[in-house]
Amino acid sequence: MAKTAPRTELKPSDFLDLESQLHDEERLIRDTVRKFVHDRILPGIEKWFEEGTFPKEVAPELGRLGLLGMHLQGYGCLGASATSYGLACLELEAGDSGFRSFVSVQGSLAMFPIWKYGTEEQKQEWLPRMAAGEAIGCFGLTEPDAGSDPASMRTSARRAGADWVLNGNKLWITNGGIADVAVVWARADDGVRGFLVPKGTPGFSTRDIHRKLSLRASITSELILEDVRLPEAALLPGVTGMRGPLSCLNEARYGILWGTVGAARSCFEAALGYSKSRSQFGKPLASFQLTQEKLVNMLLELNKAALVALHLGRMKDEGRISSEQVSFGKLNNVRVALDIARSARTILGANGITLEYPVIRHMNNLESVLTYEGTSEIHTLVLGEAITGVQAYR
Amino acid sequence: MKIVVTVKQIPDPNAPQKLTSDNRLDRGGEAVLDPGDEYGVEAGLKLKEAHGGEVVLVSMGPAKAADAIRKGLSMGADRAIHVSDDSLAGADALLTAQILAAAIKPENPDLVICGTESTDGSTGMVPPMLAELLGMPQATFAKQVEVKGDKVSVHRQTNEGYEVVEAQAPALVTVTAGVGEPRYASLKGIMAARSKEVKKVELSALGIEKGSPAESVEGVADAETRKAGEVIEDDGNAAERILAFLVQVKAV
Repeated sequence: MAKTAPRTELKPSDFLDLESQLHDEERLIRDTVRKFVHDRILPGIEKWFEEGTFPKEVAPELGRLGLLGMHLQGYGCLGASATSYGLACLELEAGDSGFRSFVSVQGSLAMFPIWKYGTEEQKQEWLPRMAAGEAIGCFGLTEPDAGSDPASMRTSARRAGADWVLNGNKLWITNGGIADVAVVWARADDGVRGFLVPKGTPGFSTRDIHRKLSLRASITSELILEDVRLPEAALLPGVTGMRGPLSCLNEARYGILWGTVGAARSCFEAALGYSKSRSQFGKPLASFQLTQEKLVNMLLELNKAALVALHLGRMKDEGRISSEQVSFGKLNNVRVALDIARSARTILGANGITLEYPVIRHMNNLESVLTYEGTSEIHTLVLGEAITGVQAYR
Repeated sequence: MKIVVTVKQIPDPNAPQKLTSDNRLDRGGEAVLDPGDEYGVEAGLKLKEAHGGEVVLVSMGPAKAADAIRKGLSMGADRAIHVSDDSLAGADALLTAQILAAAIKPENPDLVICGTESTDGSTGMVPPMLAELLGMPQATFAKQVEVKGDKVSVHRQTNEGYEVVEAQAPALVTVTAGVGEPRYASLKGIMAARSKEVKKVELSALGIEKGSPAESVEGVADAETRKAGEVIEDDGNAAERILAFLVQVKAV
């Protein structure tokens, strides 16, 4: 007679049984996004990555599923909890960081400022279509010469009668070339202000950045603003100063600290599976002590990162998360994911450098994730300031 | 029209199946809505979209089967009836059919939709028994279901093609994967399911006394492993020998 199995089997990717801490609804949302990624993203991702394209036709599917602006309330948005949004980011990024980036930019960087700082007319005009994936948004903050120090931006907004005139360049803008509306941050007399710049506005053009070796299944562009004349109705009236764009970034970073757990999980599972099937010296790679050490190090870091994500998710849902705690999660989880990807690559040997396996694709993507939405250096200094009281970057 | 869809939670068919010491399926691990029932829900939702009305899920199972019911509600079903009673563990096909019939009867549905068989037990006996107990005509193995007035018309899948079978409503149909890929439970659907009614019913409320099961599993043995096939080498008459073999096994 077969022995009764232990009540909870140990699962490599959920070793601490975080599953048991999720509500029914959260599990269903996670499973649904996982199935969508399996059915719609994984079959095409190698091709999209290799060709350097984002399949724009997937956007309405993401919208129908409810993934765009899913943590916002009203205007066709889902109104899900922060934890559910995080779980969705995790599953998307287990597919590819490019898709999680698309969803982060659309929801947290483009829809969030309209939802938070926009007029009723702006919300009505853009949010329902953006939630449905019928209109795509992008977020213009970074400039060629203003990265970690965005307050040094040169893009200007000056009054011209009742209108505004914008001039400047924005660089490294995800979704830029495919966006129907750009949220552009520009320096006005009274400080940094946000503007909604629709595609096709005279003087506004975009140029996609090619020859990238990371986030290839995602569009990255330059926004060019030459005497772009906008009515007062284009201004986001609800915020003045750097607090505006920084609050959006805080939302997006929250998605990243979950998403990277997905990328890491994908690499770990690929390496674990490969180590058991690939034989050298007459025995599976998994039977070598060096391989086991790598796998166990991945196991520890992956599961700790998931614990950090879930804990910060619960704190955000309780409305008591600080931006420094988000920095903690972003810094730690991107770092861990990149380490896991690199270690997984060594287990896969030469196979690890091909697109047949997800590992080097995640690894290359994570190089961008390490840098965008606050570089690892800046998040380190944010945490350094939090514990010492000394600002090291000014 | 009112459509009842029977649904069941089963152990994840992608995980290895284990038996408990009394030869029952171990239901302690990961559990999912039976994939066969997802086709039933899909068929019900399509008919509702075409004709209006409501889709009611009916399930018999332990408390944790609520997860599978919620999946069906997330796909778009309107409400659910969940018969749950500890004494029902290990119920056989007949008792299951009796319970489902007792739960469905007060609903007076126009149509009852079932999968052809459960993916775990695979007896395929519950839907026909249920139809008899409800006094409804049954149309089985439907790859397409249409409602025209008070008639239910199905394309009944056969080995050769399909038959068109018509029945007077109220009727029971069993559906195959041919009815179409089950829709995603959208995130909106998942969140809306939270506020949908799941009526919990105990055995006593159905007026059914649990008798001794009509069948029990006496023993379990591994299936015989397949023997190696015969290798036919071509010495000029291989084609005839292969043909003779195919005739012998009635393949041609």
